[in-house]
Amino acid sequence: MSAALLLALLAGVQARADNAQVLKIITWADYVPAEVIAQFGKETGIQVQVTLSNNEEMISKLRATGGAGFDLAQPSQDRILGAQQEFRIYKPFDTGKVRLDEFVPELLDIIRKNATIDGKLYGLPYIWGTEGLIYNSKRTRISDYPDLCKPELRGRTAVRLKRPTLMAFALASGRNPFALYDNTKAYTALMEQVGKTLAACKVNFRFFYDNKDQLLNGVRSGEIDAAMMWDSGGWALNRANPDIKFINPRSGAIAWMDTFALTARGRNDAAAYAWINFVMRPEIAAKVARSVGNFTAARGAEALMDPRIRAQFAETFPDGLKNIKWYPAIPPGLEAIEGAILDRVKAAD
Amino acid sequence: MPEAPAAAPWYRRLMLGLLLAPALLWLFALIVLPHVDLALLSFRERVAPRQYVASLAQYRTFFGEPLYWRVFVRTAVLSALATALTLLVAFPIAWTIAKLARGRMSALLFVVCLIPFWVSETVRTLGWMILLRESGVLPALLVHLGLTTQPVELLYHDATILVGLVYTSLLFMVVPLVGNLESLDNALIEAAYDLGGKGWSILREIVIPHAAPGITAGCIVVFMLTLGNYLTPTLLGGKNSLWFTEQIYTQFITRFNWEQGAAFGFLLLALSTAMVWLGLKVSGQRFSDVMRRA
Amino acid sequence: MAAIPDLEVRTLAKRFATHLAVDDLSFSVARGSFFSILGPSGCGKTTLLRMIAGFIQPDRGDIAIGGRSMAGVAPNRRPVNMVFQQLALFPMMSVAQNVAFGLARRGIGRAERTRRAEAMLERVGLGGAGGKRTDELSGGQRQRVAIARSMILEPTLLLLDEPLGALDLKLREHMKIELKQLQAAFATTFVYITHDQSEALVLSDHIGVMNHGRFEQLGTPQELYYSPASAFVAGFVGANNRLAGKALAVNGSLVQLATSGGWVVHAHRQGPITAGMAVEAFVRPEATLLGRTSADLPPGQTAHAGEVISLLFDGANSAVLLRELQSHIEFRIALPQTGAYADLQVGARIYFSFDPQRAICFAAADAHA
Repeated sequence: MSAALLLALLAGVQARADNAQVLKIITWADYVPAEVIAQFGKETGIQVQVTLSNNEEMISKLRATGGAGFDLAQPSQDRILGAQQEFRIYKPFDTGKVRLDEFVPELLDIIRKNATIDGKLYGLPYIWGTEGLIYNSKRTRISDYPDLCKPELRGRTAVRLKRPTLMAFALASGRNPFALYDNTKAYTALMEQVGKTLAACKVNFRFFYDNKDQLLNGVRSGEIDAAMMWDSGGWALNRANPDIKFINPRSGAIAWMDTFALTARGRNDAAAYAWINFVMRPEIAAKVARSVGNFTAARGAEALMDPRIRAQFAETFPDGLKNIKWYPAIPPGLEAIEGAILDRVKAAD
Repeated sequence: MPEAPAAAPWYRRLMLGLLLAPALLWLFALIVLPHVDLALLSFRERVAPRQYVASLAQYRTFFGEPLYWRVFVRTAVLSALATALTLLVAFPIAWTIAKLARGRMSALLFVVCLIPFWVSETVRTLGWMILLRESGVLPALLVHLGLTTQPVELLYHDATILVGLVYTSLLFMVVPLVGNLESLDNALIEAAYDLGGKGWSILREIVIPHAAPGITAGCIVVFMLTLGNYLTPTLLGGKNSLWFTEQIYTQFITRFNWEQGAAFGFLLLALSTAMVWLGLKVSGQRFSDVMRRA
Repeated sequence: MAAIPDLEVRTLAKRFATHLAVDDLSFSVARGSFFSILGPSGCGKTTLLRMIAGFIQPDRGDIAIGGRSMAGVAPNRRPVNMVFQQLALFPMMSVAQNVAFGLARRGIGRAERTRRAEAMLERVGLGGAGGKRTDELSGGQRQRVAIARSMILEPTLLLLDEPLGALDLKLREHMKIELKQLQAAFATTFVYITHDQSEALVLSDHIGVMNHGRFEQLGTPQELYYSPASAFVAGFVGANNRLAGKALAVNGSLVQLATSGGWVVHAHRQGPITAGMAVEAFVRPEATLLGRTSADLPPGQTAHAGEVISLLFDGANSAVLLRELQSHIEFRIALPQTGAYADLQVGARIYFSFDPQRAICFAAADAHA
């Protein structure tokens, strides 16, 4: 009897030891290609378990467990600071364990600015991209976000009912919402104005999409003629059908950057560091970039990028990254203001 | 030995308690505890990062913001409508299964009601979307038949939500109804007919009063399922779905506002409790009877 | 000219798949009479009743009620009401609501309904019970409610589908009498179906004995009892001793037959019988006389000997079961009510005889087939 118990105990310990060789990542679709997982496993013996998610769910899940359940998360750079201050779901990087010279310095600077708390760095750049506009040039022609509300596009456009849409329309109104992040009153007023614009525009939106595939389906089936979209999706559509264009809107595309962030109660930091150093090698980063269709923050990976995507980037952004707006870190509480506006848009007739 | 009979019930009660203990613990851990936690959450307010005070702010927000009110009432009204429609659709089906179809035919009809549950709700709802979207099967068929000149969008209407909800709920109405209608003695219907009753008066005077526990049970189940449904209204209703569960999800997940979400959750619980109570009052049924006879 | 019969059935037929339930049946029921259809289960009597009520459409023939053809008339429009086997009282209604149900369907106002239902309940001896639930009533009271519920519509014809079947014996005896009295009081024509010959005999003015979709005999209870028209009726109506055998000789109306065990008896011929035919004779228990010796029996009657195998004491209905000595055929004889044979013991030898005129002989059923 006691021998059996002992055996069971030992088995448990054994299982736990095995668990140490598993790295749990919560991330976005396509960010962790199977090919890269296999190669990492071969080199290090560490298994990678991937859970697909988005910014809000990532934060909510980590909040619910107090930062446990995953070893590594990949939130957008602007979603680290506020979430950390509010929920304490991340832990800082030991920058000595990361080969920082593998990262594009400009991107590292952005993250240093947006994800440093008490002098400690909570994020590292991974993949970045922009959100702009797509349209079907056979049906219509648009140049800025408010063009989605043109009367002839009634029922034929789509946006996400999320904060990027609010930011885009705020920028298009000639104001800079990012400059008002710390001025709650002015920010609320701006958001209310944007909310009214979007509510009036609601007849034009066929649906509010939640994931890339939903929008891609709508465009491919011809139900959607114009929409807000990420560059990778836009370029993918353009490669399949040259009539569909991805453009940098007049008010400027909004640039996002997704990161690595260690979870507060992650069990396997060593594996997380190993993984970061592994995927930031230029040749591995290039594989990731091909999978996701976006640029990575790995120095030298750009040269290994699909030349077609580089050509598309040059076509969309002839001036390089000049007219691109980077998200600053979102201070806590901002989402509540935006949420009330988004609710009103949803409820508008 | 006068003590012996007294000892037996005591002993038996202990045994019963022990037998039920796992189930009670389970209930306590999975239902009661989270609800207590949610209740506490709903009565606090964030004043600064990681600082909360006891407050009724969440409930005040609900009552102060017409938007939330509207969605709440709309969800209740549409759920009640969906329940009524489900009853209307399920009744003839249940009647056919219980009274008209025999053997294999009746089993077949049951299977037809079960088919929706062979696939997950997500797949089922996505199937509806493929069928109903503007570039989908049904609009194309309508054009082909010459009923419309160009494809019409059949998604994102309240009617679509209702159709989806009725479809999903049908089985939960049919099952208690069949049980009740099967126990209705055919001689009662014949007797009513013989005494001069016609279809409608027999339905009203004999069938419905007999099936009342089944109708009430079915309606309670369907109403609760509908009220708490998330996927069907959200996917089929699209930009105008405005379902209260969606509000709860949004508050919890995208707004990180657990306090508001918890308050909304409790309001929904109160609504469904109130509606069930009202339903029982109106139909003159007792909850325990309804649940037993369903 | 005779009054129009309340029910007239003409060449009625109904077939279910291969089974002929009602076979070319014709009969009529006089106004105000109590008519029973008696037969074993599966004889077609329920089908017949349901055709009269209108729940089943006949394949052929016509049903006229009160002189009016019922072809194409729905059950809820026929001047006929039915008392169902299990009574089919509406459990969701009070007694008064049950009784008033038909009136409500006719659009009679609430006050009038209540008044008439109360009067009807009074009439069946249930005054004041209107507010009760149906399951608070006794079996007999429930039957009265069922009848009241139908009678309040003043039907030309009241159909009763074995309403006593579900009652226990004592109550059944009581309800028989009550039913008869109710029928007399209402003076409405009752058509009653039953498989219980004693119910039929007690209640009816006329009885149709039904078998295989046809009437074997239609007549008064007395006719059926004393002059059965067929072996089936003789066997089905009242207690009878059946002696199967072969006709040895036919002498006018008298048949001499021998059972397989060689017991020879004489019986009155019913229908054409010739010597050598297989026959069945029926002798009523009460038509037989007992004697302790053969000398106790009336002269001129053949004396038979038997051994008592059991004594069936049932007060006025007491009988003795014996075995005829030669053939070992069981034979039942009613004990005289004088108590003269109260000391009879099992195993005792006893003699018996019967008047051949009261024993009836038919050609055996399979001889027809």
